[in-house]
Amino acid sequence: MPLFGPEATFFAVLAPFAAAIVAPALTRAMGHNAAWPLALVPAAVFVFFAGLVPQVAGGESFTPGIAWAPAYGVSFSFFIDGLSTMFALLISGIGTFIILYAGGYLKGHAHQGRFFSFLFLFMGAMLGLVLGNDLLTLFVFWELTSITSFLLIGFDHLRAASRRAAIQALVITGGGGLSLLAGFLVIMSVTGEASMSQVLAGGDVLREHALYPLILLLVLGGAFTKSAQFPFHFWLPNAMEAPTPVSAFLHSATMVKAGVYLLMRMHPVLGDTALWTTILPVFGGATLIVGTLLAVRQTDLKLMLAYTTVASLGLLVMLTGTSWEKAIEGAALYLLAHSLFKGALFMVAGTIDHEAGTRDVTRLGGLRGAMPVTFVAACLAALSMSGLPPFVGFIAKEYLYAGIWGDGGIYYALTATAVIGNALMLVIAAAVALKPFLGAKVETPKHAHEGPLLLFAGPVALSLTGLATALLAHSTGVYLIQPVITSITGVQSTVDVHLVPGYVGAPLILSGLTVLLGIVLYLKLDALRAAMAGTLAAIGWGPDKGFDQAIAGLVRFSAAVTHRLQSGRMDIYMTLTFLVAAIALLAPPLLTNSYPAALEMPDFRFYEWGVLVIAAVGLIAVLTARTRLTAIVSLGIQGFAVALIFMLFGAPDLSFTQFMVETLSVVILALVMTRLNLQPRDHRPKGYRVVHGLIATALGVGFAMLLIRVTQLTFDRSLSDFFEAYSRTIAHGRNIVNVILVDFRGFDTFGEIAVVMITGLCVLALIRVRPKRAAEGALDKASGDEALSKREEVQV
Amino acid sequence: MEAALSILIGLFFAVATYLLMSRQLVRILLGIAILGNSVNLLIFTSGRLMREVPPVIPEAFQVPPGPIANPLPQALILTAIVISFSFFAFLLVLAFRAYQELGTDDTNEMRVAEPTGEASPPQGY
Repeated sequence: MPLFGPEATFFAVLAPFAAAIVAPALTRAMGHNAAWPLALVPAAVFVFFAGLVPQVAGGESFTPGIAWAPAYGVSFSFFIDGLSTMFALLISGIGTFIILYAGGYLKGHAHQGRFFSFLFLFMGAMLGLVLGNDLLTLFVFWELTSITSFLLIGFDHLRAASRRAAIQALVITGGGGLSLLAGFLVIMSVTGEASMSQVLAGGDVLREHALYPLILLLVLGGAFTKSAQFPFHFWLPNAMEAPTPVSAFLHSATMVKAGVYLLMRMHPVLGDTALWTTILPVFGGATLIVGTLLAVRQTDLKLMLAYTTVASLGLLVMLTGTSWEKAIEGAALYLLAHSLFKGALFMVAGTIDHEAGTRDVTRLGGLRGAMPVTFVAACLAALSMSGLPPFVGFIAKEYLYAGIWGDGGIYYALTATAVIGNALMLVIAAAVALKPFLGAKVETPKHAHEGPLLLFAGPVALSLTGLATALLAHSTGVYLIQPVITSITGVQSTVDVHLVPGYVGAPLILSGLTVLLGIVLYLKLDALRAAMAGTLAAIGWGPDKGFDQAIAGLVRFSAAVTHRLQSGRMDIYMTLTFLVAAIALLAPPLLTNSYPAALEMPDFRFYEWGVLVIAAVGLIAVLTARTRLTAIVSLGIQGFAVALIFMLFGAPDLSFTQFMVETLSVVILALVMTRLNLQPRDHRPKGYRVVHGLIATALGVGFAMLLIRVTQLTFDRSLSDFFEAYSRTIAHGRNIVNVILVDFRGFDTFGEIAVVMITGLCVLALIRVRPKRAAEGALDKASGDEALSKREEVQV
Repeated sequence: MEAALSILIGLFFAVATYLLMSRQLVRILLGIAILGNSVNLLIFTSGRLMREVPPVIPEAFQVPPGPIANPLPQALILTAIVISFSFFAFLLVLAFRAYQELGTDDTNEMRVAEPTGEASPPQGY
């Protein structure tokens, strides 16, 4: 496999996993400075994918890969085109700075190595997700991102809030993953293809199939949960329990975009239908509004940002849902812009928290002097988030307004949603970037000062990239956006991205309106926050609370079921087992009407009848025995009767063994029984006796009928014939039963001896481990008998 | 012949299960002993019956000269008898020791592993 070019993608995906393995050892050796060498891994991956950009921008796509499980048609292949390259660049590029940031943020933490390891595992999984071509490997990486996200959210596992958030994220996104798997399986059965590139080449096959609504709903189940669409949005803000590097990387820039990625990826074959253009804009729009409104309510920097992430994801889904090419251009630009500014702002929030000791905006202020670099980075990122020039966020907003503006009810609704959402986004951006830094200096829990290079490198680099991509708008358009649009729409498209609007039209006016509205709302932020808090308190219930109720209900339900099934009463277990066995035996003949043929009078000789009667009498006597002695003797009677049956029907070996064993059983039983009391009467109340009697009778009848039916069929003697033919000729033994035991099935017998030996040891142990109360030594005799039985076994 | 024996085996099973559904250790033990015999006879009969001709090849022959009893079920049962006996002995001692330690022979009162009124699992995180 070559080390360069598309064929080497395998190594690029593998590299983070390799880094995950070495990270703990490296951190142990170098401390937090291990971040520097470790960051080289995602940097190298970034360079690798950057090297592919010219080819991809030229309209090429690649599907390198290796066969993984060819028997099942599963291959380990990658699909590299505009969309996956853009995502790979974001993951590896932002990932580089996140690793550095994590080095500074968790400096001195006892488990920093483990943290790096989890981050790299996630990075590898995410790369595999966006690059995966085979549907099943894509699903595996999809779930792997959920699992690594679980590990990262629950990193601080000593806090209950962390554990709750981690479980919640895993349940929601993992459950959505199962929906996605079902969707993929239906797609595979409909198209007969297992790889994304082949499915995408299928054109209208999926859209015109009768199962299309099902496929769409299942895929949306995966995408909406992963990308935190309303009403599944609540796990994302809770995921802020994770250390800030995780929030910046997974829960804003990359993982939560996996759902959006999937929608964009499948747009050529699933999109542009009535169902698609209804569901997606409705849920996306609702998520945008709900997300921004909930963000306004927060005072925690990270939570404010988290809710705007929810809102931004809603915006992306809404734009993708329109299926209009112009709107998709806006979505692609916004995707890029959001990853850059949101990653940077999260890191800023984390730095403030790290240096000042709190991230509550009401307790922060006047930090601009103490943290100038962070302040500048925050402002640059916030300007991009607000959609102001000259940042990529501005271009994105211009293009998305251009995409959804038009004459008609649907256009007005979408535009109004977007304007309100963006205005509120501006409010949050301003609150995050300005409130902590401007104004009078507020006393903070820690004496605030500028963070180290490791902490501000990320925010600065990402926010500057947001500026650079806007200043170099044309190149951004040609190398990044245009290939992405081509992937999403499925047709070669040309996009000309420029920073300065070519004309003064609706988009520019809408932008101005957004900014005005935003400034007004910002000035009224405190009132707005109080109003939102009041409204939410009035509602008093949300999906987050519902999740707790559902989980508690599930626990109670399963506890009740367990309590019912595992009552701890052995007689109930036994009764149920035999009841089911009786039904299993009797149901088939009753249902299929296949009863045994009529019985003939057996030609037994008088002494054979005698043995049968003795056995029956013995059994009945055991059942009705009132004293221990009767019970033991009766048990012996039925045992000896069985031995006699063996004797009469040509099995002297069995008969002999049965006599021995039955004698020993009676002896041991007598020893034990003298110490255990047998109540003279059956303890069971009458009702129980009737029920148990009925079940026992049913089971007995079932076995009898089964056996009669079986023996009425022709008998296949081939195995017995084999043993008869070869017992003397090959194994040189005349007693065929013995030859089978010690020769043909010698290993079985070996196992049997082992079993007898182990039970013998267990008996010995049970007797030797003396109870607290002194026990009589008489039972030792029983172990002697056991040893005797072993000797007898060896003789056999 | 097989049919008559099958009915007897049905009786064996019925008696064994009736005893096993009891709560008294002694009756359960008796049931286990009988259940072992039931299963052995079941295997024996399903291999078909043949009177008084043990599966032994006479000295002068390489293969049996005439029809003989089926050796295969016999081999299986021989193993089963010994194993069921060793387990029976083990269970006897186990029951006796349980009786010694717990002071009861009623399975409903043996609740060390599954105590009554066990608290519900935690419903938080």
